[in-house]
Amino acid sequence: MLKIGVLGLQGAVREHIWAIEASGAEGVIIKRPEQLEEMDGLIIPGGESTAIRRLIDKYGFMKELKKFAADGKPMFGTCAGLILLAKNLVGYEAPHIGVMDVKVERNSFGRQRESFEADIDIAGIANEFSAVFIRAPHIVEAGENVEVLAKHNGRIVAAREGQFLGCSFHPELTDDYRLMNYFVKMVEEAKSKNFA
Amino acid sequence: MKTGTDRVKRGMAEMQKGGVIMDVVNAEQAKIAEEAGAVAVMALERVPSDIRAAGGVARMADPRIVEEVMGAVTIPVMAKARIGHIVEARVLEAMGVDYIDESEVLTPADEEFHLNKRDYTVPFVCGCRDLGEAARRIGEGASMLRTKGEPGTGNIVEAVRHIRKVNAQVRKVVAMDLDELMTEAKLLGAPYELLLEIKQLGRLPVVNFAAGGVATPADAALMMQLGADGVFVGSGIFKSENPAKFAKAIVEATTHYQDYELIANISKNLGTPLKGIEISTLNPENRMQDRGW
Repeated sequence: MLKIGVLGLQGAVREHIWAIEASGAEGVIIKRPEQLEEMDGLIIPGGESTAIRRLIDKYGFMKELKKFAADGKPMFGTCAGLILLAKNLVGYEAPHIGVMDVKVERNSFGRQRESFEADIDIAGIANEFSAVFIRAPHIVEAGENVEVLAKHNGRIVAAREGQFLGCSFHPELTDDYRLMNYFVKMVEEAKSKNFA
Repeated sequence: MKTGTDRVKRGMAEMQKGGVIMDVVNAEQAKIAEEAGAVAVMALERVPSDIRAAGGVARMADPRIVEEVMGAVTIPVMAKARIGHIVEARVLEAMGVDYIDESEVLTPADEEFHLNKRDYTVPFVCGCRDLGEAARRIGEGASMLRTKGEPGTGNIVEAVRHIRKVNAQVRKVVAMDLDELMTEAKLLGAPYELLLEIKQLGRLPVVNFAAGGVATPADAALMMQLGADGVFVGSGIFKSENPAKFAKAIVEATTHYQDYELIANISKNLGTPLKGIEISTLNPENRMQDRGW
């Protein structure tokens, strides 16, 4: 069975585990860097990106996360997770993990009172996907190899670049597992390629 | 596109899980909290132990302080309104505060009714000591709960009592025969539909943090072990000898609450925590947890 980790330092961890299991893979909460080696794919959940980053540094996760990306294993970042994956952040000199070729702006829809839910279409994956945006970021610029999967009011809110999938919203807060099913398929394809 | 829905308001609290929310009274403290890895800060005029010391009526913070804190950090900012004080809550909402704590730490404005929190776009967190209180607050629209504990005492005993009580009552509801549920709702003073939801989910429908007495990394880890989704630390950080170190250690202990070697290491040489108060020495009128209905 495919093993998909959820970075379990802070945030909506168990919701992702439920979604992974509903999509037919095994979900593992990752609290230690050495657990990453056994994983076929990794989800970086929603939470507070600054808090998650502090804990990534504190426990020496950074090197292992970069290696995970370099090994070609799929990674999926939701909200804070997208911020952590991005190569460029508006207003910051350095990125966090910095592996996905997108430029992301934090809290770009406003504060909590501006948080919202909306039905969006995700190209080739889901129509009328109920997306929950909480103090959400958005992708300001996408690199040439990045496939834009969804926009809301002209802003990019979901994208894929090869092994990397990122979205501004929180699929884990609903029981619509179509985006998770898509990621599980990405993991399956990557794994079969590695063994081919 | 819809703002202020249950999913958006409760979801905001879901994103705070496993984290520490710290009380701060100015920009400098807010930055120390953010740097330490806090998931949010609570902007206050005074921390609870100073509210106790000052006596008199405790009210919403000066909006200037709230604004200063909002300007200083990028993490969410919460603020407290008095129980039942519609205008304090509306003012904080208008200022763009990310979460309002309708809090027993402040002197209640209404001794009978809490706010109708469903009416607001901004989400609310409320204190609880048992499932009845928890369910009434959710019924009024609270999107997040916290144990009341006994704020500003640095004594964890009341927070432990409250989280054990709530969780034991949740387990009872989950295991109970459906025939017994209405009487349980009557006894708890809880909405029946909400108990039904808890029974079906097997848990509370909103996040429940621990608050009111956390003073050390071990206290924070204890509350996580007892089933809290995260921790509020009030006076425990900025009334300790070394706030930056305490803040970082409490964040780490909350993340790795079952890693006892790590907690031993981060607890070394932290300096003196908040001094603390034995609960039985508090006069009844000074017990903040008895406020709220």
